[in-house]
Amino acid sequence: MNLHEYQAKEILAKYGIPVPPGRIAYTADEAKQIATEFGDTVVIKAQVHTGGRGKAGGVKLAKTPEEAREKAGQILGLNIKGFITKKVLVAKAVDIAKEYYAGLILDRVTQRVVLMLSKEGGVDIEEVAAERPEAIIKHAIDPHKGLRPFEARELVKRAGMEGNLNKLAQILVQLYHAYEGIDASTAEINPLVVTASGDVVAADAKIVLDDNALYRHPELSRLREEEAEHPLEVEASNYGFAYVKLEGNVGIIGNGAGLVMYTLDLVQRVGGKAANFLDIGGGAKADIVYNALKVVLKDPDVKGVFINIFGGITRADEVAKGVLRAMDEGILTKPVAMRVAGTAEEEAKKLLEGRPIYMYPTSIEAAKAIVAMTGGAQ
Amino acid sequence: MSILVNKNTQVLVQGITGREGAFHAEQMMKAGTKIVAGMTPGKGGQMAQGVPVYDTVKEATHHHRIDASIIFVPAPGAADAALEAAHAGIPLVVLITEGIPTMDMVKAVAEIKAMGNVRLIGGNCPGLITPGECKLGIMPANVFKRGKVGLISRSGTVTYETAKALSDAGYGISTCIGIGGDPIIGTTFKDLLPMFNDDPETEAVVICGEIGGSDEEDAAEYIKAHMKKPVVGFIGGRSAPKGKKMGHAGAIIMGNVGTPESKLAAFAAAGVPVADTIDEIVELVRAKLG
Repeated sequence: MNLHEYQAKEILAKYGIPVPPGRIAYTADEAKQIATEFGDTVVIKAQVHTGGRGKAGGVKLAKTPEEAREKAGQILGLNIKGFITKKVLVAKAVDIAKEYYAGLILDRVTQRVVLMLSKEGGVDIEEVAAERPEAIIKHAIDPHKGLRPFEARELVKRAGMEGNLNKLAQILVQLYHAYEGIDASTAEINPLVVTASGDVVAADAKIVLDDNALYRHPELSRLREEEAEHPLEVEASNYGFAYVKLEGNVGIIGNGAGLVMYTLDLVQRVGGKAANFLDIGGGAKADIVYNALKVVLKDPDVKGVFINIFGGITRADEVAKGVLRAMDEGILTKPVAMRVAGTAEEEAKKLLEGRPIYMYPTSIEAAKAIVAMTGGAQ
Repeated sequence: MSILVNKNTQVLVQGITGREGAFHAEQMMKAGTKIVAGMTPGKGGQMAQGVPVYDTVKEATHHHRIDASIIFVPAPGAADAALEAAHAGIPLVVLITEGIPTMDMVKAVAEIKAMGNVRLIGGNCPGLITPGECKLGIMPANVFKRGKVGLISRSGTVTYETAKALSDAGYGISTCIGIGGDPIIGTTFKDLLPMFNDDPETEAVVICGEIGGSDEEDAAEYIKAHMKKPVVGFIGGRSAPKGKKMGHAGAIIMGNVGTPESKLAAFAAAGVPVADTIDEIVELVRAKLG
């Protein structure tokens, strides 16, 4: 789960990391009001769940309250990569002397949380990593010891960061405390700013939470914003499905993440494009299949559905019953290609006899058929 | 022969009194697994599936020789359950539970690896099976026939499909291990390849990988340097967009790490042919084994 910048900064502040004073505005007038209270130059930043806000015109400086009103008015409502800006952060502008990067990520290779530091902050760190990996210092943190102050100081020196060594190191230690305390999967400060007066502040922050651990943090799971996700992803998650909206027109339903991914690959291989990823999980009954069809068919891009089930615990006749119910209720009016291997395959065939649902013996044949039925290879 | 488990493996089921634990204990017994004890804190002294239930793993190991434990404990207590098994001296621990908090796994895997004498498989995995001898997992045993191909996979259903295809084609499976779809897991492909290398029954190995991480690249490095037996590869999620989590928490492309291109290149450099479909896996095995 992604947090907004202002939410991330509130968490950092709770852990003692200095952030510039700032408040959220939903209207241009509120932005003006906040700027008046600060009585200083402010930066107005779109709060949307995507990167590249600056390039899209979602971040602007304002020297006066009136300018703040005007700039906030330009940013509110702005469409940034498909996300409509509904609120802006109005924060006191910082007097930047140096811009650094500090980030904690989960690293699969070391199987630890890795601290990354760079004195080249304020830019896209993935670009730095790709172009000049030597500009980034990495340190895998022992999960049972955490990040100790002496390690943090050594890392600050190694990264060549200038400024108050103790303040910089303390921020790194606190960032790890925050990461562990809220069960994050990513926590980044970019830029970590050393101001002209020598203070160190987190001028921007990004936090992604570990979904598996949200049950431990009810106060954070309340921050979930349904409008930030695709509405179909929200509906699917309410049914307990793993669902990802994609760009194509073939709806996909399968059991098991690996099989669904494979099904997407097959559709692409025969020239089609999947409209979604949907995993119904193991042992699904008719009503689950029916609900999955409801979600998939709500997507106006979907021209047909490919149901690919490996029957271990899932029974093919249950799948067929779910499909027939969707058809009888008029929800399902598009072509369906089914491939259901294993348990109760014969019973399923009997149920589907005389109905316009096509069953195929292999995944690849079903993929070819549904791509042909939805407009052919593109 | 086989690897990790065989007909003599004595098994403890942690969480045997829960719905999942009870169902799968029964299924495992039907597949020939020697389950000798169960464990659920607070349920000690009861019987479940015909075996005694203990409050702690240590009590179970005190009364029985336990070679392996399989865990069906809900996510909040799953990593703790794995540590309990490891500290009781059980050499093989299979963690089936999905949705375990990542930091719990980071800590548990670090601790178990430091112990050096415990093999953790999973979490979020289907487990492992030596067909006809021991099933330590949740896979449908009926699609696995005994044979000569070692199978390692990051997914569940793709594993079953592949096992079925290899079994139907007459090759069969020596041992199959589903290593799990999470970013932090106890055992990776490269940990298992040396065991298959040394197993006389295994004549070829199939690796079903997927996007995300670099386990396939690490495996390719080992294969290039050490593998004496033919290996066939498969990569799931090749059409997935970057940055989107495809069901498995581990199946996500971050920047330039975890891309199918990188995995295909690594397999190619190690001389591992990669199948585009599951049927093609069988064809590639046929080309190697005849």
